[in-house]
Amino acid sequence: MSASIVIFYILAAIILGGGILAVTAKKIFRSAIYLLFSLMGIAGLYFYLNYEFIAAVQIVVYIGGIVVLIIFSIFLTHASGKDMEKPKLMSVIVSAVAAVFACAIVISLINNYSFVATTNTAIEPTVKNIGRQMLSTTEHGFILPFEVVSMLLLAALIGSIVIALKPKTEA
Amino acid sequence: MNEIGLTHILFLSAILFFIGVYGFLTRRNMVTMLMSIELILNSVNINFVAFNKFLHAGKLDGTFFTIFIITIAAAEAAVAIAIIIHLYRSNKSIDVNDADLMKF
Repeated sequence: MSASIVIFYILAAIILGGGILAVTAKKIFRSAIYLLFSLMGIAGLYFYLNYEFIAAVQIVVYIGGIVVLIIFSIFLTHASGKDMEKPKLMSVIVSAVAAVFACAIVISLINNYSFVATTNTAIEPTVKNIGRQMLSTTEHGFILPFEVVSMLLLAALIGSIVIALKPKTEA
Repeated sequence: MNEIGLTHILFLSAILFFIGVYGFLTRRNMVTMLMSIELILNSVNINFVAFNKFLHAGKLDGTFFTIFIITIAAAEAAVAIAIIIHLYRSNKSIDVNDADLMKF
């Protein structure tokens, strides 16, 4: 057991434990906090795999953006100290059985599949390499998706402002 | 089992995905359903990064897919929460069973 393996299992425990608690917690606010821990564990996993830029994006966008947004929406729509309505026992059983069986099938498939790695020389996922390729207009550049995604973000921004506006009271 | 390889990370992401699916099927509250969707999207991101690192180290495509998925997830969460807040104003509830405004 080297340190690397121990770190991986700790990260896996944080991610999965946070995930399970997030989908089963009784109070909605606690559920959001457990989700935060799970996302933080995923950022740690990206650091573990040496993808520092993705880890930073994960922390900034998910933890700093989406979870804060979710917590604000909880404050706007709930009495957050109250327990949530319990799901029906039948639906819990059916969903748990479906999830466990599907998970078992996927895991057995992964276990029996032999993955073939390329032998090409590795490109380090540094900010320099990512930025160069993302903004390049040559064959393997990602400038078009980059522009499309920026339009999508603008549309989502305007759309969410318009949807959440208070409707005008009719005089 | 002496080294953390691709399959370990794929197991992790598969389990996380089905935790998300379980939450999506059992919760009847829109905010918690959104949280389950975030878990599912994150498990997909882990897959992309792991495949990029272990199978296609000569390219950066998995990295770009992850970045775009994170961006789109942020846009999706913003729009979804705007819809939830609007629904709460008109319905006083964000339970999916109470949302029947568009039922014919």
